Amino acid sequence: MDAVREYLAMGGYAAFVWPSYAITALVMLGILVLTLRSLRQRQHALKSLEQAVGPRRRRSRRNEEAA
Amino acid sequence: MSSEAATQPSGSRSLHRFANPGRFLRLADAVLPWVAAATILTLGAGIIWALFFTPPDYQQGQTVKIMYVHVPSAWMAMFAYTTVAAASAAALIWRHPVADIAAHAASPIGAGFTFLALATGSLWGKPMWGTWWVWDARLTSVLVLFFLYIGHMAIANAFEDAGRGRRAAAILALVGVINVPIIKFSVDWWHTLHQPASVSQIGAPAIHSSMLWPLLITALGFKLFFVTVLLLRMKSDILAVRIKTLRMMSLGER
Repeated sequence: MDAVREYLAMGGYAAFVWPSYAITALVMLGILVLTLRSLRQRQHALKSLEQAVGPRRRRSRRNEEAA
Repeated sequence: MSSEAATQPSGSRSLHRFANPGRFLRLADAVLPWVAAATILTLGAGIIWALFFTPPDYQQGQTVKIMYVHVPSAWMAMFAYTTVAAASAAALIWRHPVADIAAHAASPIGAGFTFLALATGSLWGKPMWGTWWVWDARLTSVLVLFFLYIGHMAIANAFEDAGRGRRAAAILALVGVINVPIIKFSVDWWHTLHQPASVSQIGAPAIHSSMLWPLLITALGFKLFFVTVLLLRMKSDILAVRIKTLRMMSLGER
């Protein structure tokens, strides 16, 4: 237990070492989460749009080819 | 897609191979699981090594643990900006659509790393230098880098015509690239409180291997993290363009 406490104290510099790691984790995870969230939203939006527009688009393209 | 490729002159085919968003998406999907796995492995191994198996510094004590997140953040801050500038050049010169998307996808990640370099540097400076901040050449030039990122992100959205905004942002990115060597050599050109480079010295690095290896592995993890998130963001931005096109098409057909 003392060894753990001594480790966490970081030789008296705990107040500087741990916040450095915490802010790094926070910023990197934050960027990742925001990126994944917008990707999911866009994947979802694209899918529903393609379902709505897709059939008409394909039909019109086939018409063009026929013409 | 095949019709797009056919309209390009065959000589520039290899160069424009990745200019095709569809092809880029397929490539990104193939690469992403591997890069993501490598990121988790290297970042996990590097941080665990740094936190639990590295010695305290003989002068700086345990504050040297901050180095393992500070130095990779600072390296990535410069690397990401170089990526933004190179992609901007490709977007301006060859009108490379994927390069333009890359520049804008990389910018927020670079801003995040620059913020981390400044914040962790501050947390290291207080116990070692006795101050959170000094206006010396290294710190000031990194702060300028942070503002360049903010400017790059803001200017792209500041124009009504999105194309003009992105071109203005690309020009800003290219002008700002002069700051990268200034940051790198600031510790040699001016007297600064910041210590000079210890890793990339010609000959032997001025840092013991018990600290150098965990630092390099963590730095590799940061770089792979950048690649992973960059690919995800580019993918997301390509989907956004498709959504916009489809919305316009569906409006036009109505």
